[in-house]
Amino acid sequence: MSKQKIIKVLVCKPGLDGHDRGAKVIARALRDAGMEVIYTGLHQTPDDIVNTIIQEDPDAVMLSFLSGAHNTLCPVIMEKLKDQGIDDVLMGVGGIIPEEDKITLEKLGYKGFQGPGTELKEVVEFVRNNLKR
Amino acid sequence: MDYSDLIAKLKEGSTRAVARLITILENDINASEAIINSIYKDTGKAYIMGVTGAPGSGKSTFISTITKKFLKKGKKIGIICVDPTSPLTGGALLGDRIRMKENFSLNNVFIRSMANRGQLGGLARATEDTIKILDAYGCDIIIVETVGVGQSEVDIFKSAHTVIVLLVPGMGDDIQAIKAGIMEITDIFAVNKMDLPGADRKVTDIIQMLEMNMNYNYTSENANKNNMKLKQWIPEIVKINSITGENFDTLLDIIEKHKAFMDKLEIYSSYLINRIKSETIQILRYKLTKKVEELIHSNKLIEENISQVVDKSLDPYSMANLIIKLIGLED
Repeated sequence: MSKQKIIKVLVCKPGLDGHDRGAKVIARALRDAGMEVIYTGLHQTPDDIVNTIIQEDPDAVMLSFLSGAHNTLCPVIMEKLKDQGIDDVLMGVGGIIPEEDKITLEKLGYKGFQGPGTELKEVVEFVRNNLKR
Repeated sequence: MDYSDLIAKLKEGSTRAVARLITILENDINASEAIINSIYKDTGKAYIMGVTGAPGSGKSTFISTITKKFLKKGKKIGIICVDPTSPLTGGALLGDRIRMKENFSLNNVFIRSMANRGQLGGLARATEDTIKILDAYGCDIIIVETVGVGQSEVDIFKSAHTVIVLLVPGMGDDIQAIKAGIMEITDIFAVNKMDLPGADRKVTDIIQMLEMNMNYNYTSENANKNNMKLKQWIPEIVKINSITGENFDTLLDIIEKHKAFMDKLEIYSSYLINRIKSETIQILRYKLTKKVEELIHSNKLIEENISQVVDKSLDPYSMANLIIKLIGLED
Protein backbone atom coordinates (compact mmCIF):
# COMPACT_ATOMS: atom_id res chain seq x y z
CA MET A 1 0.00 0.00 0.00
CA SER A 2 2.04 2.94 -1.20
CA LYS A 3 -0.84 5.41 -1.27
CA GLN A 4 -2.75 6.10 1.88
CA LYS A 5 -4.73 9.25 2.23
CA ILE A 6 -5.32 10.14 5.84
CA ILE A 7 -7.81 12.93 6.52
CA LYS A 8 -6.13 15.88 8.18
CA VAL A 9 -8.27 18.24 10.26
CA LEU A 10 -7.42 21.53 11.92
CA VAL A 11 -9.40 22.34 15.08
CA CYS A 12 -9.29 26.04 16.02
CA LYS A 13 -10.49 28.34 18.77
CA PRO A 14 -10.69 31.76 17.12
CA GLY A 15 -10.83 34.98 19.08
CA LEU A 16 -10.83 35.67 22.79
CA ASP A 17 -13.07 32.76 23.75
CA GLY A 18 -11.35 30.77 26.48
CA HIS A 19 -13.49 27.65 26.64
CA ASP A 20 -12.09 24.78 24.63
CA ARG A 21 -13.57 21.69 26.23
CA GLY A 22 -15.85 21.21 23.21
CA ALA A 23 -13.01 21.70 20.72
CA LYS A 24 -10.91 19.14 22.59
CA VAL A 25 -13.74 16.60 22.62
CA ILE A 26 -14.19 17.08 18.86
CA ALA A 27 -10.44 16.76 18.30
CA ARG A 28 -10.37 13.55 20.30
CA ALA A 29 -13.37 12.10 18.44
CA LEU A 30 -11.83 12.82 15.04
CA ARG A 31 -8.53 11.33 16.18
CA ASP A 32 -10.29 8.18 17.33
CA ALA A 33 -11.92 8.00 13.89
CA GLY A 34 -8.44 7.65 12.39
CA MET A 35 -7.83 11.25 11.36
CA GLU A 36 -4.79 13.39 12.00
CA VAL A 37 -5.97 16.31 14.06
CA ILE A 38 -4.03 19.49 14.72
CA TYR A 39 -5.26 21.51 17.65
CA THR A 40 -4.04 25.09 17.63
CA GLY A 41 -4.89 26.07 21.18
CA LEU A 42 -6.81 29.16 22.28
CA HIS A 43 -6.90 32.75 21.08
CA GLN A 44 -6.19 32.38 17.39
CA THR A 45 -6.48 35.47 15.21
CA PRO A 46 -7.81 35.14 11.64
CA ASP A 47 -4.22 35.60 10.42
CA ASP A 48 -2.97 32.81 12.70
CA ILE A 49 -5.68 30.52 11.40
CA VAL A 50 -5.08 31.25 7.73
CA ASN A 51 -1.31 30.89 8.18
CA THR A 52 -1.82 27.55 9.88
CA ILE A 53 -4.15 26.40 7.09
CA ILE A 54 -1.52 27.35 4.50
CA GLN A 55 1.30 25.53 6.31
CA GLU A 56 -0.53 22.42 7.48
CA ASP A 57 -2.61 21.94 4.32
CA PRO A 58 -5.57 20.29 6.12
CA ASP A 59 -8.57 18.76 4.37
CA ALA A 60 -10.97 20.30 6.86
CA VAL A 61 -11.02 23.07 9.44
CA MET A 62 -13.37 23.06 12.43
CA LEU A 63 -13.84 26.44 14.10
CA SER A 64 -15.34 26.42 17.57
CA PHE A 65 -17.20 29.49 18.84
CA LEU A 66 -18.91 29.88 22.19
CA SER A 67 -18.38 33.61 22.51
CA GLY A 68 -20.70 35.01 19.85
CA ALA A 69 -17.77 36.36 17.84
CA HIS A 70 -18.56 34.18 14.81
CA ASN A 71 -20.27 36.99 12.92
CA THR A 72 -17.16 39.14 13.25
CA LEU A 73 -14.44 36.55 12.69
CA CYS A 74 -15.90 34.15 10.13
CA PRO A 75 -16.20 36.69 7.29
CA VAL A 76 -12.62 37.87 7.91
CA ILE A 77 -11.23 34.33 7.88
CA MET A 78 -13.10 33.48 4.68
CA GLU A 79 -11.90 36.64 2.98
CA LYS A 80 -8.28 35.95 3.88
CA LEU A 81 -8.64 32.41 2.55
CA LYS A 82 -9.99 33.78 -0.73
CA ASP A 83 -7.05 36.19 -0.94
CA GLN A 84 -4.77 33.17 -0.72
CA GLY A 85 -6.78 31.29 -3.33
CA ILE A 86 -7.71 28.53 -0.90
CA ASP A 87 -11.09 27.07 -1.83
CA ASP A 88 -10.65 23.32 -1.45
CA VAL A 89 -10.79 23.10 2.34
CA LEU A 90 -13.99 22.13 4.16
CA MET A 91 -14.75 24.95 6.61
CA GLY A 92 -16.86 23.77 9.53
CA VAL A 93 -18.22 25.89 12.36
CA GLY A 94 -19.50 24.54 15.65
CA GLY A 95 -20.41 25.67 19.15
CA ILE A 96 -23.16 28.14 20.03
CA ILE A 97 -24.45 29.54 16.75
CA PRO A 98 -27.99 31.08 16.71
CA GLU A 99 -30.31 29.86 13.91
CA GLU A 100 -30.43 33.21 12.08
CA ASP A 101 -26.63 33.42 12.00
CA LYS A 102 -26.31 29.98 10.44
CA ILE A 103 -27.89 31.30 7.25
CA THR A 104 -25.36 34.14 6.99
CA LEU A 105 -22.46 31.83 7.69
CA GLU A 106 -23.73 29.26 5.22
CA LYS A 107 -23.79 31.93 2.51
CA LEU A 108 -20.14 32.63 3.29
CA GLY A 109 -19.33 28.98 2.70
CA TYR A 110 -19.32 27.53 6.22
CA LYS A 111 -20.98 24.24 7.05
CA GLY A 112 -21.80 21.98 9.97
CA PHE A 113 -22.98 24.05 12.95
CA GLN A 114 -22.81 21.21 15.42
CA GLY A 115 -23.82 22.50 18.80
CA PRO A 116 -23.88 21.05 22.32
CA GLY A 117 -25.47 17.60 22.42
CA THR A 118 -24.35 16.58 18.94
CA GLU A 119 -23.41 12.91 18.70
CA LEU A 120 -19.68 12.55 18.08
CA LYS A 121 -20.19 10.12 15.22
CA GLU A 122 -22.30 12.78 13.54
CA VAL A 123 -19.28 15.12 13.59
CA VAL A 124 -17.05 12.37 12.18
CA GLU A 125 -19.57 11.66 9.40
CA PHE A 126 -19.87 15.37 8.66
CA VAL A 127 -16.13 15.64 8.04
CA ARG A 128 -15.98 12.45 5.98
CA ASN A 129 -18.94 13.33 3.77
CA ASN A 130 -18.22 16.98 3.07
CA LEU A 131 -14.56 16.98 2.07
CA LYS A 132 -13.81 19.05 -1.00
CA ARG A 133 -10.86 16.97 -2.13
CA MET B 1 1.00 12.81 -11.90
CA ASP B 2 3.17 15.77 -12.76
CA TYR B 3 4.59 17.83 -9.92
CA SER B 4 6.68 20.23 -11.96
CA ASP B 5 4.14 22.99 -11.42
CA LEU B 6 4.31 22.73 -7.65
CA ILE B 7 8.08 22.40 -7.72
CA ALA B 8 8.41 25.51 -9.86
CA LYS B 9 6.22 27.37 -7.37
CA LEU B 10 8.32 26.03 -4.50
CA LYS B 11 11.41 27.48 -6.09
CA GLU B 12 9.65 30.81 -6.43
CA GLY B 13 9.06 30.69 -2.69
CA SER B 14 5.38 29.74 -2.54
CA THR B 15 4.48 28.60 0.97
CA ARG B 16 1.37 26.84 -0.29
CA ALA B 17 3.39 24.81 -2.75
CA VAL B 18 5.67 23.70 0.11
CA ALA B 19 2.68 22.64 2.20
CA ARG B 20 1.05 20.78 -0.66
CA LEU B 21 4.26 18.97 -1.58
CA ILE B 22 4.70 17.83 2.03
CA THR B 23 1.15 16.44 2.00
CA ILE B 24 1.98 14.50 -1.16
CA LEU B 25 5.21 13.18 0.38
CA GLU B 26 3.33 11.98 3.43
CA ASN B 27 0.69 10.14 1.45
CA ASP B 28 2.46 8.71 -1.56
CA ILE B 29 5.93 7.18 -1.57
CA ASN B 30 6.03 6.89 -5.35
CA ALA B 31 5.42 10.60 -5.68
CA SER B 32 8.18 11.25 -3.12
CA GLU B 33 10.58 9.64 -5.50
CA ALA B 34 9.73 11.98 -8.37
CA ILE B 35 9.67 15.07 -6.16
CA ILE B 36 12.97 14.42 -4.37
CA ASN B 37 14.54 13.55 -7.70
CA SER B 38 13.82 17.00 -9.06
CA ILE B 39 14.75 19.07 -6.00
CA TYR B 40 17.73 17.12 -4.66
CA LYS B 41 20.23 19.40 -6.39
CA ASP B 42 18.85 22.36 -4.46
CA THR B 43 19.31 20.78 -1.03
CA GLY B 44 22.22 20.72 1.37
CA LYS B 45 22.31 24.37 2.32
CA ALA B 46 20.25 24.32 5.51
CA TYR B 47 21.55 23.72 8.99
CA ILE B 48 19.49 20.94 10.57
CA MET B 49 18.90 20.88 14.30
CA GLY B 50 17.20 18.00 16.08
CA VAL B 51 15.38 18.61 19.35
CA THR B 52 14.42 15.65 21.43
CA GLY B 53 13.53 14.82 25.01
CA ALA B 54 10.93 13.12 27.18
CA PRO B 55 7.27 14.11 26.86
CA GLY B 56 6.76 17.27 28.89
CA SER B 57 10.40 18.31 28.86
CA GLY B 58 9.46 21.49 27.01
CA LYS B 59 10.48 20.78 23.42
CA SER B 60 7.81 22.90 21.74
CA THR B 61 8.28 25.86 24.09
CA PHE B 62 12.03 25.57 23.61
CA ILE B 63 11.67 25.64 19.83
CA SER B 64 9.36 28.64 20.03
CA THR B 65 11.95 30.58 22.08
CA ILE B 66 14.99 29.60 20.04
CA THR B 67 13.12 30.42 16.82
CA LYS B 68 12.63 33.96 18.10
CA LYS B 69 16.39 34.21 18.68
CA PHE B 70 17.20 32.91 15.20
CA LEU B 71 14.69 35.32 13.65
CA LYS B 72 16.55 38.22 15.24
CA LYS B 73 19.59 37.12 13.27
CA GLY B 74 17.53 37.35 10.09
CA LYS B 75 17.24 33.63 9.48
CA LYS B 76 14.45 31.81 7.68
CA ILE B 77 13.30 28.85 9.72
CA GLY B 78 11.50 25.60 9.03
CA ILE B 79 10.06 23.59 11.89
CA ILE B 80 8.85 19.99 11.69
CA CYS B 81 7.03 18.66 14.76
CA VAL B 82 6.52 14.92 14.89
CA ASP B 83 3.86 13.44 17.18
CA PRO B 84 2.81 9.81 17.61
CA THR B 85 0.05 8.08 15.67
CA SER B 86 -2.34 5.87 17.62
CA PRO B 87 -1.51 2.23 16.85
CA LEU B 88 -5.18 1.32 17.33
CA THR B 89 -7.04 3.83 15.17
CA GLY B 90 -4.34 5.32 12.96
CA GLY B 91 -5.42 8.75 14.12
CA ALA B 92 -3.23 11.35 15.79
CA LEU B 93 -3.59 14.50 17.83
CA LEU B 94 -0.91 17.00 16.90
CA GLY B 95 -0.63 19.64 19.57
CA ASP B 96 2.80 21.20 19.20
CA ARG B 97 1.42 24.39 17.73
CA ILE B 98 -0.33 25.16 21.01
CA ARG B 99 3.05 26.13 22.50
CA MET B 100 4.16 28.04 19.44
CA LYS B 101 1.93 31.05 19.28
CA GLU B 102 4.44 33.79 18.90
CA ASN B 103 2.61 35.12 15.84
CA PHE B 104 5.49 34.20 13.60
CA SER B 105 5.07 35.70 10.18
CA LEU B 106 4.41 33.41 7.28
CA ASN B 107 7.45 34.58 5.36
CA ASN B 108 10.13 33.65 7.85
CA VAL B 109 8.79 30.66 9.75
CA PHE B 110 7.20 27.54 8.34
CA ILE B 111 5.79 25.15 10.92
CA ARG B 112 4.50 21.73 9.97
CA SER B 113 2.97 19.12 12.28
CA MET B 114 3.47 15.51 11.29
CA ALA B 115 2.16 12.23 12.67
CA ASN B 116 4.76 9.44 12.76
CA ARG B 117 2.25 6.98 11.23
CA GLY B 118 3.63 4.07 13.20
CA GLN B 119 7.27 4.49 12.30
CA LEU B 120 9.65 3.78 15.17
CA GLY B 121 12.71 5.89 15.86
CA GLY B 122 10.99 9.17 16.72
CA LEU B 123 10.42 10.48 13.19
CA ALA B 124 7.89 9.91 10.40
CA ARG B 125 8.78 8.25 7.09
CA ALA B 126 8.30 11.58 5.34
CA THR B 127 10.42 13.62 7.78
CA GLU B 128 13.69 13.21 5.90
CA ASP B 129 12.03 14.18 2.61
CA THR B 130 10.27 17.12 4.26
CA ILE B 131 13.65 18.38 5.48
CA LYS B 132 14.75 18.39 1.83
CA ILE B 133 11.65 20.31 0.71
CA LEU B 134 12.23 22.99 3.37
CA ASP B 135 15.90 23.09 2.41
CA ALA B 136 15.05 23.66 -1.25
CA TYR B 137 12.45 26.23 -0.19
CA GLY B 138 15.30 28.25 1.27
CA CYS B 139 15.13 27.73 5.03
CA ASP B 140 18.46 28.58 6.66
CA ILE B 141 17.71 26.53 9.74
CA ILE B 142 15.46 23.49 9.97
CA ILE B 143 14.41 22.40 13.45
CA VAL B 144 13.01 18.90 13.85
CA GLU B 145 11.10 18.11 17.01
CA THR B 146 10.91 14.35 17.50
CA VAL B 147 8.21 12.34 19.20
CA GLY B 148 8.62 12.66 22.97
CA VAL B 149 11.30 10.06 23.44
CA GLY B 150 11.94 7.23 25.77
CA GLN B 151 15.35 5.77 25.29
CA SER B 152 15.53 4.54 21.74
CA GLU B 153 14.04 7.26 19.55
CA VAL B 154 17.41 8.15 18.12
CA ASP B 155 16.90 8.36 14.33
CA ILE B 156 17.24 12.12 14.41
CA PHE B 157 21.00 11.96 14.86
CA LYS B 158 21.32 10.49 11.38
CA SER B 159 19.68 13.53 9.78
CA ALA B 160 20.63 16.45 12.02
CA HIS B 161 23.87 18.40 12.22
CA THR B 162 23.26 19.12 15.87
CA VAL B 163 21.14 17.14 18.31
CA ILE B 164 19.89 18.95 21.38
CA VAL B 165 18.40 16.83 24.15
CA LEU B 166 16.17 18.52 26.67
CA LEU B 167 16.21 17.20 30.20
CA VAL B 168 14.31 18.47 33.19
CA PRO B 169 15.28 18.46 36.86
CA GLY B 170 13.96 15.66 38.97
CA MET B 171 13.19 13.17 36.22
CA GLY B 172 15.15 9.94 36.42
CA ASP B 173 18.27 9.19 38.41
CA ASP B 174 21.81 8.64 37.20
CA ILE B 175 21.07 5.07 36.15
CA GLN B 176 18.65 6.47 33.58
CA ALA B 177 21.47 8.62 32.31
CA ILE B 178 23.79 5.68 31.77
CA LYS B 179 21.34 3.75 29.64
CA ALA B 180 22.29 3.46 26.02
CA GLY B 181 20.58 5.28 23.21
CA ILE B 182 19.48 8.82 23.59
CA MET B 183 22.41 9.93 25.73
CA GLU B 184 24.91 8.72 23.16
CA ILE B 185 23.59 10.71 20.23
CA THR B 186 23.50 14.05 22.00
CA ASP B 187 25.66 17.03 21.05
CA ILE B 188 24.19 19.48 23.50
CA PHE B 189 22.34 18.74 26.72
CA ALA B 190 19.95 21.49 27.74
CA VAL B 191 18.59 21.21 31.26
CA ASN B 192 15.29 22.99 30.81
CA LYS B 193 13.15 24.49 33.59
CA MET B 194 16.33 25.49 35.41
CA ASP B 195 14.29 27.37 38.00
CA LEU B 196 13.06 24.05 39.43
CA PRO B 197 15.00 22.44 42.26
CA GLY B 198 17.41 19.73 41.16
CA ALA B 199 18.78 21.44 38.04
CA ASP B 200 22.35 21.41 39.31
CA ARG B 201 22.02 17.78 40.36
CA LYS B 202 20.88 16.95 36.83
CA VAL B 203 23.93 18.68 35.38
CA THR B 204 26.20 16.69 37.71
CA ASP B 205 24.51 13.44 36.67
CA ILE B 206 25.15 14.23 33.01
CA ILE B 207 28.78 15.17 33.62
CA GLN B 208 29.41 11.91 35.45
CA MET B 209 27.73 9.90 32.73
CA LEU B 210 29.73 11.67 30.03
CA GLU B 211 33.04 11.09 31.80
CA MET B 212 32.31 7.37 31.83
CA ASN B 213 31.29 7.40 28.19
CA MET B 214 34.40 9.27 27.16
CA ASN B 215 36.75 6.76 28.72
CA TYR B 216 34.84 3.93 27.20
CA ASN B 217 34.81 5.38 23.75
CA TYR B 218 38.45 6.35 23.67
CA THR B 219 39.68 2.93 24.69
CA SER B 220 37.24 0.41 23.33
CA GLU B 221 37.89 -1.14 19.96
CA ASN B 222 34.24 -2.04 19.78
CA ALA B 223 32.99 1.50 19.99
CA ASN B 224 30.75 2.28 17.08
CA LYS B 225 33.03 3.64 14.40
CA ASN B 226 30.18 5.47 12.74
CA ASN B 227 29.61 7.54 15.79
CA MET B 228 32.46 9.91 15.21
CA LYS B 229 30.61 12.61 17.03
CA LEU B 230 31.28 11.05 20.42
CA LYS B 231 34.97 10.67 19.87
CA GLN B 232 35.74 14.21 18.87
CA TRP B 233 33.01 16.36 20.29
CA ILE B 234 32.51 16.45 24.02
CA PRO B 235 28.82 17.19 24.57
CA GLU B 236 28.19 20.51 26.25
CA ILE B 237 25.68 21.08 29.02
CA VAL B 238 23.67 24.22 29.61
CA LYS B 239 20.88 25.12 32.01
CA ILE B 240 18.05 27.05 30.38
CA ASN B 241 14.60 28.43 30.99
CA SER B 242 12.55 28.29 27.77
CA ILE B 243 9.80 30.54 29.08
CA THR B 244 12.00 33.46 30.18
CA GLY B 245 14.72 32.80 27.61
CA GLU B 246 17.37 32.70 30.35
CA ASN B 247 20.77 31.39 29.19
CA PHE B 248 19.67 31.12 25.57
CA ASP B 249 22.56 33.35 24.50
CA THR B 250 24.99 30.85 26.03
CA LEU B 251 23.13 28.07 24.26
CA LEU B 252 23.34 29.88 20.94
CA ASP B 253 27.11 30.25 21.40
CA ILE B 254 27.38 26.51 22.02
CA ILE B 255 25.28 25.79 18.93
CA GLU B 256 27.61 28.02 16.89
CA LYS B 257 30.59 26.17 18.31
CA HIS B 258 29.10 22.82 17.34
CA LYS B 259 28.22 24.12 13.91
CA ALA B 260 31.82 25.22 13.41
CA PHE B 261 32.95 21.77 14.54
CA MET B 262 30.62 20.09 12.05
CA ASP B 263 31.80 22.39 9.28
CA LYS B 264 35.30 20.96 9.47
CA LEU B 265 35.74 19.17 6.20
CA GLU B 266 36.50 15.65 7.37
CA ILE B 267 33.77 15.69 10.00
CA TYR B 268 31.21 17.06 7.59
CA SER B 269 31.94 14.59 4.82
CA SER B 270 31.84 11.70 7.25
CA TYR B 271 28.48 13.00 8.55
CA LEU B 272 27.17 13.28 5.00
CA ILE B 273 28.29 9.79 4.03
CA ASN B 274 26.68 8.27 7.12
CA ARG B 275 23.50 10.21 6.53
CA ILE B 276 23.25 9.06 2.92
CA LYS B 277 23.96 5.46 3.89
CA SER B 278 21.28 5.36 6.54
CA GLU B 279 18.80 7.10 4.29
CA THR B 280 19.44 4.62 1.50
CA ILE B 281 18.97 1.73 3.92
CA GLN B 282 15.66 3.22 4.99
CA ILE B 283 14.44 3.57 1.41
CA LEU B 284 15.57 0.06 0.56
CA ARG B 285 13.95 -1.34 3.67
CA TYR B 286 10.68 0.20 2.59
CA LYS B 287 10.91 -0.93 -1.02
CA LEU B 288 12.12 -4.45 -0.28
CA THR B 289 9.52 -4.94 2.43
CA LYS B 290 6.86 -4.01 -0.07
CA LYS B 291 8.25 -6.39 -2.65
CA VAL B 292 8.49 -9.25 -0.18
CA GLU B 293 4.99 -8.60 1.08
CA GLU B 294 3.64 -8.77 -2.45
CA LEU B 295 5.59 -11.93 -3.14
CA ILE B 296 4.65 -13.73 0.04
CA HIS B 297 0.95 -13.31 -0.66
CA SER B 298 1.04 -14.27 -4.32
CA ASN B 299 3.82 -16.77 -5.01
CA LYS B 300 2.84 -20.44 -5.44
CA LEU B 301 6.20 -21.81 -4.34
CA ILE B 302 6.16 -19.77 -1.15
CA GLU B 303 2.65 -20.98 -0.41
CA GLU B 304 3.81 -24.57 -0.67
CA ASN B 305 6.73 -23.78 1.59
CA ILE B 306 4.52 -22.16 4.17
CA SER B 307 2.57 -25.40 4.49
CA GLN B 308 5.89 -27.20 4.94
CA VAL B 309 6.77 -24.80 7.74
CA VAL B 310 3.36 -25.48 9.25
CA ASP B 311 3.99 -29.25 9.34
CA LYS B 312 7.56 -28.64 10.59
CA SER B 313 9.37 -30.15 7.60
CA LEU B 314 10.89 -26.72 6.93
CA ASP B 315 11.94 -23.93 9.30
CA PRO B 316 11.23 -20.19 8.88
CA TYR B 317 14.91 -19.34 8.26
CA SER B 318 15.09 -21.73 5.31
CA MET B 319 11.95 -20.20 3.91
CA ALA B 320 13.42 -16.71 4.28
CA ASN B 321 16.49 -17.86 2.35
CA LEU B 322 14.23 -19.13 -0.38
CA ILE B 323 12.56 -15.73 -0.67
CA ILE B 324 15.97 -14.03 -0.85
CA LYS B 325 16.72 -16.36 -3.75
CA LEU B 326 13.40 -15.55 -5.43
CA ILE B 327 14.01 -11.79 -5.42
CA GLY B 328 17.51 -12.34 -6.73
CA LEU B 329 19.41 -11.15 -3.68
CA GLU B 330 21.35 -14.31 -2.97
CA ASP B 331 25.04 -13.82 -2.14
